[in-house]
Amino acid sequence: MEGIAQLGQYLGAGLACIGMAGAAMGVGNVAGNYLAGALRNPSAAASQTATLFIGMAFAEALGIFSFLVALLLLFAV
Amino acid sequence: MATEEAAGGLAFHPMDQFLVRPLFGGTEINWYTPTNVTLWMGLTVLAIVLVLVVGSRGRAIVPSRMQSIAELTFGMVHKMLEDITGKEGLKYFPYVMTLFCFIVFANFIGLIPTSFSTTSHIAVTAVLAMLVFLGVTILGFVKNGAHFLGLFWVSSAPLPLRPVLAVIEVISYFVRPVSHSIRLAGNVMAGHAVIKVFAGFAAIAAIAPVSILAITAMYGLEVLVALIQAYVFTILTCVYLKDALHPGH
Amino acid sequence: MATTTEEAAAQATDAVHPMLPGTDASGSAVGMPQLVFETFPNQIFWLLVTLVVIYLVLSRIALPRIGGVLAERAGTISNDLATAEELKLKAKAAEATYTRALADAKTEAGKIVAAAKAEIQADLDVATAHADAEIAAKTAESEGRIGEIRAGALEAVNTVARDTAAEIVATFGGRADAGAIDAAVAERIKG
Repeated sequence: MEGIAQLGQYLGAGLACIGMAGAAMGVGNVAGNYLAGALRNPSAAASQTATLFIGMAFAEALGIFSFLVALLLLFAV
Repeated sequence: MATEEAAGGLAFHPMDQFLVRPLFGGTEINWYTPTNVTLWMGLTVLAIVLVLVVGSRGRAIVPSRMQSIAELTFGMVHKMLEDITGKEGLKYFPYVMTLFCFIVFANFIGLIPTSFSTTSHIAVTAVLAMLVFLGVTILGFVKNGAHFLGLFWVSSAPLPLRPVLAVIEVISYFVRPVSHSIRLAGNVMAGHAVIKVFAGFAAIAAIAPVSILAITAMYGLEVLVALIQAYVFTILTCVYLKDALHPGH
Repeated sequence: MATTTEEAAAQATDAVHPMLPGTDASGSAVGMPQLVFETFPNQIFWLLVTLVVIYLVLSRIALPRIGGVLAERAGTISNDLATAEELKLKAKAAEATYTRALADAKTEAGKIVAAAKAEIQADLDVATAHADAEIAAKTAESEGRIGEIRAGALEAVNTVARDTAAEIVATFGGRADAGAIDAAVAERIKG
Protein backbone atom coordinates (compact mmCIF):
# COMPACT_ATOMS: atom_id res chain seq x y z
CA MET A 1 0.00 0.00 0.00
CA GLU A 2 2.77 2.37 0.95
CA GLY A 3 4.61 1.35 -2.19
CA ILE A 4 1.69 2.35 -4.39
CA ALA A 5 1.45 5.71 -2.62
CA GLN A 6 5.13 6.28 -3.20
CA LEU A 7 4.79 5.26 -6.83
CA GLY A 8 2.01 7.79 -7.16
CA GLN A 9 4.15 10.46 -5.55
CA TYR A 10 7.06 9.92 -7.89
CA LEU A 11 4.88 9.64 -10.98
CA GLY A 12 3.02 12.76 -9.99
CA ALA A 13 6.25 14.64 -9.38
CA GLY A 14 7.52 13.65 -12.80
CA LEU A 15 4.27 14.64 -14.46
CA ALA A 16 4.30 17.99 -12.67
CA CYS A 17 7.70 18.68 -14.15
CA ILE A 18 6.14 18.58 -17.63
CA GLY A 19 4.60 21.89 -16.68
CA MET A 20 8.04 23.42 -16.71
CA ALA A 21 8.23 22.80 -20.44
CA GLY A 22 5.36 25.22 -20.85
CA ALA A 23 7.16 27.82 -18.78
CA ALA A 24 10.29 27.27 -20.88
CA MET A 25 8.34 27.88 -24.08
CA GLY A 26 6.73 30.91 -22.54
CA VAL A 27 9.99 32.47 -21.45
CA GLY A 28 11.57 31.69 -24.80
CA ASN A 29 8.63 33.25 -26.55
CA VAL A 30 8.89 36.43 -24.50
CA ALA A 31 12.64 36.74 -25.04
CA GLY A 32 12.43 35.88 -28.74
CA ASN A 33 9.69 38.37 -29.46
CA TYR A 34 11.56 40.99 -27.51
CA LEU A 35 14.66 40.34 -29.59
CA ALA A 36 12.69 40.47 -32.83
CA GLY A 37 11.15 43.76 -31.82
CA ALA A 38 14.45 45.13 -30.58
CA LEU A 39 16.18 44.31 -33.86
CA ARG A 40 13.45 46.09 -35.79
CA ASN A 41 13.53 49.14 -33.61
CA PRO A 42 16.72 49.15 -31.54
CA SER A 43 16.11 52.65 -30.23
CA ALA A 44 12.97 51.55 -28.40
CA ALA A 45 14.58 48.40 -26.98
CA ALA A 46 16.21 49.93 -23.93
CA SER A 47 12.95 51.38 -22.64
CA GLN A 48 11.27 47.98 -22.79
CA THR A 49 13.74 45.87 -20.83
CA ALA A 50 11.61 46.30 -17.69
CA THR A 51 8.60 44.95 -19.54
CA LEU A 52 10.74 42.10 -20.81
CA PHE A 53 11.73 41.08 -17.32
CA ILE A 54 8.21 41.43 -15.96
CA GLY A 55 6.91 39.25 -18.78
CA MET A 56 9.63 36.69 -18.21
CA ALA A 57 8.90 36.69 -14.49
CA PHE A 58 5.21 36.03 -15.04
CA ALA A 59 5.88 33.29 -17.55
CA GLU A 60 8.48 31.73 -15.33
CA ALA A 61 6.35 31.88 -12.19
CA LEU A 62 4.04 29.21 -13.59
CA GLY A 63 6.97 26.91 -14.25
CA ILE A 64 8.10 27.49 -10.70
CA PHE A 65 4.63 26.54 -9.52
CA SER A 66 4.83 23.21 -11.30
CA PHE A 67 8.31 22.68 -9.90
CA LEU A 68 6.92 23.42 -6.47
CA VAL A 69 4.15 20.89 -6.95
CA ALA A 70 6.79 18.33 -7.85
CA LEU A 71 8.81 19.15 -4.77
CA LEU A 72 5.77 19.02 -2.54
CA LEU A 73 4.86 15.63 -3.94
CA LEU A 74 8.37 14.34 -3.44
CA PHE A 75 9.11 15.71 -0.02
CA ALA A 76 6.09 17.05 1.72
CA VAL A 77 3.32 14.51 1.17
CA MET B 1 18.26 6.50 3.32
CA ALA B 2 20.77 5.23 5.83
CA THR B 3 20.55 1.69 4.51
CA GLU B 4 21.03 2.94 0.94
CA GLU B 5 24.19 4.71 1.98
CA ALA B 6 25.41 1.61 3.74
CA ALA B 7 24.78 -0.36 0.57
CA GLY B 8 27.04 2.02 -1.35
CA GLY B 9 24.29 3.53 -3.48
CA LEU B 10 24.08 7.18 -4.46
CA ALA B 11 23.18 9.39 -1.54
CA PHE B 12 21.22 12.42 -2.57
CA HIS B 13 20.39 14.87 0.15
CA PRO B 14 19.62 17.91 -1.96
CA MET B 15 17.47 19.46 0.75
CA ASP B 16 19.96 19.18 3.60
CA GLN B 17 21.53 22.48 2.66
CA PHE B 18 18.29 24.26 3.52
CA LEU B 19 18.10 22.97 7.09
CA VAL B 20 17.87 25.58 9.78
CA ARG B 21 20.31 24.71 12.55
CA PRO B 22 21.11 26.47 15.80
CA LEU B 23 24.56 28.01 15.70
CA PHE B 24 25.67 26.91 19.13
CA GLY B 25 24.40 23.35 19.23
CA GLY B 26 21.16 22.06 20.64
CA THR B 27 18.04 21.20 18.73
CA GLU B 28 15.62 23.70 20.16
CA ILE B 29 14.71 26.41 17.66
CA ASN B 30 12.90 29.23 19.39
CA TRP B 31 12.13 32.52 17.73
CA TYR B 32 15.18 34.13 19.34
CA THR B 33 17.66 31.25 18.85
CA PRO B 34 20.73 32.33 16.88
CA THR B 35 20.71 29.96 13.91
CA ASN B 36 22.47 29.76 10.59
CA VAL B 37 19.70 32.07 9.37
CA THR B 38 21.06 34.66 11.79
CA LEU B 39 24.62 34.07 10.66
CA TRP B 40 23.99 34.40 6.94
CA MET B 41 21.60 37.30 7.29
CA GLY B 42 24.23 38.98 9.42
CA LEU B 43 26.79 38.38 6.69
CA THR B 44 24.33 39.86 4.20
CA VAL B 45 24.07 43.01 6.29
CA LEU B 46 27.86 43.06 6.57
CA ALA B 47 28.24 42.80 2.80
CA ILE B 48 25.74 45.58 2.23
CA VAL B 49 27.53 47.80 4.72
CA LEU B 50 30.84 46.94 3.10
CA VAL B 51 29.72 47.82 -0.41
CA LEU B 52 27.26 50.63 0.12
CA VAL B 53 28.70 52.37 3.17
CA VAL B 54 32.42 51.58 3.27
CA GLY B 55 32.62 51.48 -0.52
CA SER B 56 31.15 54.93 -0.90
CA ARG B 57 33.22 56.35 1.94
CA GLY B 58 35.55 58.20 -0.42
CA ARG B 59 32.74 60.36 -1.89
CA ALA B 60 35.02 60.73 -4.89
CA ILE B 61 33.90 62.60 -7.98
CA VAL B 62 35.74 59.97 -10.00
CA PRO B 63 34.57 56.81 -8.21
CA SER B 64 36.63 53.84 -7.12
CA ARG B 65 35.49 50.32 -8.04
CA MET B 66 33.50 49.75 -4.86
CA GLN B 67 31.94 53.17 -5.12
CA SER B 68 31.02 52.42 -8.73
CA ILE B 69 29.18 49.29 -7.64
CA ALA B 70 27.34 51.23 -4.95
CA GLU B 71 26.45 53.96 -7.41
CA LEU B 72 25.34 51.52 -10.10
CA THR B 73 23.07 49.76 -7.63
CA PHE B 74 21.67 53.05 -6.43
CA GLY B 75 21.21 54.32 -9.97
CA MET B 76 19.58 51.14 -11.23
CA VAL B 77 16.95 50.96 -8.48
CA HIS B 78 16.39 54.70 -8.56
CA LYS B 79 15.83 54.71 -12.31
CA MET B 80 13.59 51.65 -12.15
CA LEU B 81 11.42 53.23 -9.47
CA GLU B 82 11.24 56.57 -11.24
CA ASP B 83 10.45 55.02 -14.64
CA ILE B 84 7.62 52.92 -13.29
CA THR B 85 6.01 54.94 -10.50
CA GLY B 86 6.99 58.45 -11.52
CA LYS B 87 8.27 61.22 -9.29
CA GLU B 88 5.95 60.60 -6.34
CA GLY B 89 7.17 57.02 -6.02
CA LEU B 90 10.67 58.22 -5.14
CA LYS B 91 9.48 58.79 -1.56
CA TYR B 92 9.54 55.02 -1.10
CA PHE B 93 13.00 54.60 -2.56
CA PRO B 94 14.69 53.53 0.72
CA TYR B 95 12.14 50.72 1.20
CA VAL B 96 12.55 49.43 -2.34
CA MET B 97 16.32 49.75 -2.06
CA THR B 98 16.25 47.80 1.21
CA LEU B 99 14.36 44.95 -0.45
CA PHE B 100 16.61 44.93 -3.49
CA CYS B 101 19.82 45.04 -1.50
CA PHE B 102 18.72 42.33 0.88
CA ILE B 103 17.64 39.98 -1.90
CA VAL B 104 20.56 40.53 -4.23
CA PHE B 105 23.18 40.24 -1.50
CA ALA B 106 21.47 37.26 0.14
CA ASN B 107 21.24 35.54 -3.25
CA PHE B 108 24.91 36.09 -4.03
CA ILE B 109 26.07 35.12 -0.56
CA GLY B 110 23.91 32.01 -0.82
CA LEU B 111 25.94 31.03 -3.87
CA ILE B 112 29.09 30.59 -1.80
CA PRO B 113 29.66 26.84 -1.52
CA THR B 114 28.47 25.31 1.78
CA SER B 115 26.67 28.50 2.66
CA PHE B 116 23.04 28.75 3.64
CA SER B 117 20.83 30.73 1.33
CA THR B 118 18.26 32.62 3.31
CA THR B 119 16.18 33.59 0.29
CA SER B 120 15.48 29.93 -0.51
CA HIS B 121 13.07 29.77 2.41
CA ILE B 122 9.40 30.38 1.81
CA ALA B 123 9.13 31.91 5.27
CA VAL B 124 11.62 34.62 4.35
CA THR B 125 10.31 35.44 0.89
CA ALA B 126 6.71 35.25 2.07
CA VAL B 127 7.44 37.87 4.69
CA LEU B 128 9.12 40.04 2.07
CA ALA B 129 6.17 39.60 -0.29
CA MET B 130 3.59 40.16 2.45
CA LEU B 131 5.38 43.35 3.50
CA VAL B 132 5.09 44.58 -0.07
CA PHE B 133 1.50 43.38 -0.43
CA LEU B 134 0.24 44.84 2.83
CA GLY B 135 2.24 48.01 2.43
CA VAL B 136 0.96 48.58 -1.07
CA THR B 137 -2.65 47.78 -0.20
CA ILE B 138 -2.67 50.05 2.85
CA LEU B 139 -0.90 52.76 0.91
CA GLY B 140 -3.45 52.46 -1.90
CA PHE B 141 -6.38 52.91 0.46
CA VAL B 142 -4.71 55.75 2.36
CA LYS B 143 -3.80 57.61 -0.82
CA ASN B 144 -6.91 56.98 -2.88
CA GLY B 145 -9.60 55.88 -0.45
CA ALA B 146 -12.37 53.87 -2.01
CA HIS B 147 -11.12 54.96 -5.41
CA PHE B 148 -8.41 52.34 -4.99
CA LEU B 149 -11.09 49.71 -5.65
CA GLY B 150 -11.21 51.10 -9.19
CA LEU B 151 -8.17 48.90 -9.73
CA PHE B 152 -10.56 45.95 -9.93
CA TRP B 153 -13.25 47.70 -11.97
CA VAL B 154 -11.84 47.79 -15.49
CA SER B 155 -13.64 50.83 -16.84
CA SER B 156 -12.22 50.40 -20.32
CA ALA B 157 -13.96 47.03 -20.76
CA PRO B 158 -17.57 46.62 -21.96
CA LEU B 159 -20.05 46.85 -19.09
CA PRO B 160 -21.26 43.21 -19.10
CA LEU B 161 -17.70 41.97 -18.91
CA ARG B 162 -16.72 44.14 -15.97
CA PRO B 163 -18.01 41.93 -13.10
CA VAL B 164 -16.23 38.93 -14.58
CA LEU B 165 -13.06 40.93 -15.00
CA ALA B 166 -13.44 42.26 -11.46
CA VAL B 167 -13.46 38.72 -10.10
CA ILE B 168 -10.37 37.86 -12.14
CA GLU B 169 -8.65 41.05 -11.04
CA VAL B 170 -9.40 40.37 -7.37
CA ILE B 171 -8.07 36.84 -7.65
CA SER B 172 -4.95 37.98 -9.45
CA TYR B 173 -4.48 40.69 -6.83
CA PHE B 174 -4.50 38.18 -4.01
CA VAL B 175 -2.29 35.74 -5.90
CA ARG B 176 0.35 38.44 -6.17
CA PRO B 177 2.10 37.82 -2.83
CA VAL B 178 2.01 34.07 -3.45
CA SER B 179 3.66 34.22 -6.85
CA HIS B 180 5.89 37.06 -5.68
CA SER B 181 7.34 34.97 -2.85
CA ILE B 182 7.32 31.54 -4.45
CA ARG B 183 9.06 32.84 -7.56
CA LEU B 184 12.06 33.98 -5.58
CA ALA B 185 12.25 31.06 -3.16
CA GLY B 186 11.52 28.53 -5.91
CA ASN B 187 14.22 29.86 -8.21
CA VAL B 188 16.88 29.91 -5.54
CA MET B 189 15.88 26.56 -4.07
CA ALA B 190 15.61 24.89 -7.48
CA GLY B 191 19.05 26.05 -8.54
CA HIS B 192 20.72 24.97 -5.32
CA ALA B 193 18.92 21.63 -5.26
CA VAL B 194 19.86 20.89 -8.87
CA ILE B 195 23.49 21.69 -8.18
CA LYS B 196 23.35 19.39 -5.19
CA VAL B 197 21.87 16.58 -7.26
CA PHE B 198 24.64 16.94 -9.83
CA ALA B 199 27.13 16.92 -6.98
CA GLY B 200 25.63 13.62 -5.86
CA PHE B 201 26.26 12.17 -9.32
CA ALA B 202 29.90 13.24 -9.08
CA ALA B 203 30.44 10.34 -6.69
CA ILE B 204 30.48 8.00 -9.69
CA ALA B 205 33.87 8.33 -11.34
CA ALA B 206 32.61 7.60 -14.86
CA ILE B 207 30.20 10.50 -15.00
CA ALA B 208 32.03 12.83 -12.62
CA PRO B 209 33.47 15.07 -15.39
CA VAL B 210 30.04 15.57 -16.94
CA SER B 211 28.59 16.21 -13.53
CA ILE B 212 31.24 18.76 -12.65
CA LEU B 213 30.74 20.52 -15.98
CA ALA B 214 27.03 20.57 -15.30
CA ILE B 215 27.63 22.02 -11.85
CA THR B 216 29.77 24.75 -13.39
CA ALA B 217 27.11 25.57 -15.97
CA MET B 218 24.34 25.56 -13.39
CA TYR B 219 26.42 27.76 -11.15
CA GLY B 220 26.80 30.28 -13.97
CA LEU B 221 23.06 30.20 -14.52
CA GLU B 222 22.50 30.62 -10.80
CA VAL B 223 24.67 33.73 -10.70
CA LEU B 224 22.46 35.15 -13.43
CA VAL B 225 19.30 34.02 -11.67
CA ALA B 226 20.45 35.54 -8.39
CA LEU B 227 20.59 38.97 -9.96
CA ILE B 228 17.57 38.59 -12.22
CA GLN B 229 15.31 37.38 -9.43
CA ALA B 230 16.29 40.31 -7.23
CA TYR B 231 15.64 42.59 -10.18
CA VAL B 232 12.29 40.97 -10.89
CA PHE B 233 11.22 41.11 -7.25
CA THR B 234 12.08 44.80 -7.12
CA ILE B 235 10.48 45.64 -10.45
CA LEU B 236 7.25 43.87 -9.44
CA THR B 237 7.33 45.81 -6.18
CA CYS B 238 7.58 48.98 -8.26
CA VAL B 239 4.67 47.87 -10.44
CA TYR B 240 2.50 47.15 -7.42
CA LEU B 241 3.50 50.46 -5.93
CA LYS B 242 2.43 52.16 -9.16
CA ASP B 243 -0.95 50.47 -8.88
CA ALA B 244 -1.31 51.86 -5.38
CA LEU B 245 -0.30 55.38 -6.40
CA HIS B 246 -2.24 55.50 -9.69
CA PRO B 247 -5.02 52.90 -9.46
CA GLY B 248 -6.62 53.90 -12.78
CA HIS B 249 -5.73 51.50 -15.56
CA MET C 1 9.57 -4.49 12.42
CA ALA C 2 9.48 -0.96 11.08
CA THR C 3 7.99 0.43 14.22
CA THR C 4 10.56 -1.21 16.40
CA THR C 5 13.47 0.16 14.42
CA GLU C 6 11.94 3.63 14.43
CA GLU C 7 11.45 3.45 18.13
CA ALA C 8 14.98 2.26 18.58
CA ALA C 9 16.30 5.08 16.43
CA ALA C 10 14.20 7.61 18.29
CA GLN C 11 15.43 6.28 21.59
CA ALA C 12 19.00 6.34 20.43
CA THR C 13 18.84 9.90 19.15
CA ASP C 14 16.97 11.04 22.21
CA ALA C 15 19.63 9.52 24.35
CA VAL C 16 22.67 10.79 22.43
CA HIS C 17 21.49 13.96 20.68
CA PRO C 18 17.92 15.00 20.16
CA MET C 19 16.90 15.54 16.55
CA LEU C 20 16.63 18.87 14.82
CA PRO C 21 13.15 19.68 13.63
CA GLY C 22 12.67 18.30 10.13
CA THR C 23 15.48 15.74 10.19
CA ASP C 24 15.66 12.00 10.52
CA ALA C 25 17.99 10.03 12.72
CA SER C 26 20.93 10.40 10.32
CA GLY C 27 20.67 14.18 10.36
CA SER C 28 19.30 14.45 6.82
CA ALA C 29 16.27 16.49 5.95
CA VAL C 30 12.91 14.79 5.86
CA GLY C 31 10.84 16.46 3.19
CA MET C 32 11.40 20.13 2.57
CA PRO C 33 13.14 22.11 5.30
CA GLN C 34 11.23 25.08 3.88
CA LEU C 35 8.03 23.59 5.23
CA VAL C 36 9.23 22.84 8.76
CA PHE C 37 6.99 25.26 10.58
CA GLU C 38 8.96 25.13 13.82
CA THR C 39 11.67 27.23 12.19
CA PHE C 40 9.32 29.92 10.84
CA PRO C 41 9.22 32.22 13.90
CA ASN C 42 13.00 32.12 14.06
CA GLN C 43 13.46 32.97 10.39
CA ILE C 44 10.82 35.69 10.42
CA PHE C 45 12.27 37.26 13.54
CA TRP C 46 15.80 37.38 12.18
CA LEU C 47 14.56 38.54 8.78
CA LEU C 48 12.73 41.47 10.33
CA VAL C 49 15.81 42.36 12.40
CA THR C 50 17.93 42.20 9.25
CA LEU C 51 15.53 44.31 7.24
CA VAL C 52 15.31 46.97 9.92
CA VAL C 53 19.10 47.12 10.19
CA ILE C 54 19.50 47.34 6.41
CA TYR C 55 16.79 49.99 6.21
CA LEU C 56 18.43 52.09 8.90
CA VAL C 57 21.90 51.74 7.37
CA LEU C 58 20.64 52.60 3.91
CA SER C 59 18.32 55.45 4.78
CA ARG C 60 20.60 57.05 7.37
CA ILE C 61 24.04 56.64 5.83
CA ALA C 62 24.37 55.02 2.45
CA LEU C 63 21.59 56.51 0.33
CA PRO C 64 22.05 60.18 1.31
CA ARG C 65 25.77 59.81 0.76
CA ILE C 66 25.53 58.14 -2.64
CA GLY C 67 22.73 60.47 -3.71
CA GLY C 68 24.87 63.40 -2.63
CA VAL C 69 27.87 62.12 -4.54
CA LEU C 70 25.77 61.56 -7.66
CA ALA C 71 24.17 65.00 -7.42
CA GLU C 72 27.56 66.57 -6.84
CA ARG C 73 28.97 64.76 -9.84
CA ALA C 74 26.02 65.79 -11.99
CA GLY C 75 26.59 69.39 -10.82
CA THR C 76 30.29 69.22 -11.54
CA ILE C 77 29.70 67.73 -14.95
CA SER C 78 27.10 70.30 -15.93
CA ASN C 79 29.34 73.07 -14.58
CA ASP C 80 32.26 71.74 -16.56
CA LEU C 81 30.10 71.48 -19.63
CA ALA C 82 28.94 75.07 -19.20
CA THR C 83 32.55 76.21 -18.78
CA ALA C 84 33.55 74.25 -21.83
CA GLU C 85 30.71 75.82 -23.80
CA GLU C 86 31.81 79.26 -22.68
CA LEU C 87 35.41 78.54 -23.61
CA LYS C 88 34.26 77.24 -26.96
CA LEU C 89 32.35 80.47 -27.61
CA LYS C 90 35.41 82.45 -26.59
CA ALA C 91 37.59 80.43 -28.92
CA LYS C 92 35.12 81.02 -31.72
CA ALA C 93 35.15 84.77 -31.07
CA ALA C 94 38.94 84.76 -31.02
CA GLU C 95 39.00 82.87 -34.26
CA ALA C 96 36.60 85.36 -35.84
CA THR C 97 38.79 88.24 -34.67
CA TYR C 98 41.85 86.55 -36.04
CA THR C 99 40.19 85.90 -39.41
CA ARG C 100 39.06 89.49 -39.59
CA ALA C 101 42.56 90.76 -38.75
CA LEU C 102 44.01 88.43 -41.33
CA ALA C 103 41.58 89.66 -43.99
CA ASP C 104 42.32 93.28 -43.06
CA ALA C 105 46.03 92.67 -43.26
CA LYS C 106 45.59 91.03 -46.63
CA THR C 107 43.63 93.93 -48.08
CA GLU C 108 46.16 96.37 -46.57
CA ALA C 109 49.02 94.45 -48.13
CA GLY C 110 47.15 94.42 -51.45
CA LYS C 111 46.75 98.16 -51.24
CA ILE C 112 50.42 98.69 -50.44
CA VAL C 113 51.46 96.45 -53.28
CA ALA C 114 49.19 98.33 -55.68
CA ALA C 115 50.52 101.70 -54.49
CA ALA C 116 54.09 100.54 -54.83
CA LYS C 117 53.34 99.21 -58.27
CA ALA C 118 51.78 102.50 -59.32
CA GLU C 119 54.73 104.46 -57.95
CA ILE C 120 57.22 102.24 -59.70
CA GLN C 121 55.21 102.51 -62.88
CA ALA C 122 55.24 106.29 -62.64
CA ASP C 123 59.00 106.35 -62.03
CA LEU C 124 59.46 103.98 -64.88
CA ASP C 125 57.33 106.12 -67.19
CA VAL C 126 59.28 109.22 -66.27
CA ALA C 127 62.57 107.47 -66.79
CA THR C 128 61.39 106.04 -70.09
CA ALA C 129 60.24 109.45 -71.29
CA HIS C 130 63.54 110.96 -70.21
CA ALA C 131 65.51 108.29 -71.96
CA ASP C 132 63.36 108.62 -75.06
CA ALA C 133 63.94 112.36 -75.15
CA GLU C 134 67.66 111.95 -74.70
CA ILE C 135 67.80 109.32 -77.40
CA ALA C 136 65.81 111.57 -79.72
CA ALA C 137 68.14 114.49 -79.01
CA LYS C 138 71.23 112.34 -79.55
CA THR C 139 69.75 110.98 -82.77
CA ALA C 140 69.00 114.48 -84.05
CA GLU C 141 72.51 115.65 -83.18
CA SER C 142 74.06 112.63 -84.90
CA GLU C 143 71.87 113.14 -87.93
CA GLY C 144 72.97 116.78 -88.10
CA ARG C 145 76.57 115.77 -87.89
CA ILE C 146 76.15 113.08 -90.53
CA GLY C 147 74.46 115.65 -92.79
CA GLU C 148 77.35 118.06 -92.26
CA ILE C 149 79.87 115.36 -93.03
CA ARG C 150 77.90 114.35 -96.12
CA ALA C 151 77.72 118.00 -97.28
CA GLY C 152 81.45 118.37 -96.60
CA ALA C 153 82.19 115.27 -98.60
CA LEU C 154 80.02 116.49 -101.47
CA GLU C 155 81.80 119.82 -101.48
CA ALA C 156 85.13 118.02 -101.50
CA VAL C 157 84.02 115.80 -104.39
CA ASN C 158 82.93 118.92 -106.38
CA THR C 159 86.20 120.68 -105.74
CA VAL C 160 88.26 117.64 -106.62
CA ALA C 161 86.20 116.98 -109.76
CA ARG C 162 86.46 120.62 -110.88
CA ASP C 163 90.17 120.74 -110.21
CA THR C 164 90.73 117.42 -111.90
CA ALA C 165 88.61 118.45 -114.89
CA ALA C 166 90.51 121.79 -115.22
CA GLU C 167 93.80 119.93 -114.97
CA ILE C 168 92.72 117.37 -117.58
CA VAL C 169 91.47 120.06 -119.91
CA ALA C 170 94.78 122.05 -119.44
CA THR C 171 96.82 118.91 -120.10
CA PHE C 172 95.04 118.42 -123.39
CA GLY C 173 96.04 121.94 -124.21
CA GLY C 174 92.76 123.38 -124.02
CA ARG C 175 91.68 126.34 -122.23
CA ALA C 176 88.62 126.09 -120.42
CA ASP C 177 86.85 128.69 -118.59
CA ALA C 178 85.87 128.09 -115.07
CA GLY C 179 82.17 128.55 -115.68
CA ALA C 180 81.93 125.86 -118.31
CA ILE C 181 83.80 123.38 -116.15
CA ASP C 182 81.65 124.13 -113.14
CA ALA C 183 78.48 123.58 -115.14
CA ALA C 184 79.79 120.36 -116.62
CA VAL C 185 80.90 118.97 -113.26
CA ALA C 186 77.62 119.93 -111.60
CA GLU C 187 75.72 118.21 -114.44
CA ARG C 188 77.72 115.01 -114.15
CA ILE C 189 77.59 114.82 -110.34
CA LYS C 190 73.86 115.35 -110.43
CA GLY C 191 73.43 112.72 -113.14
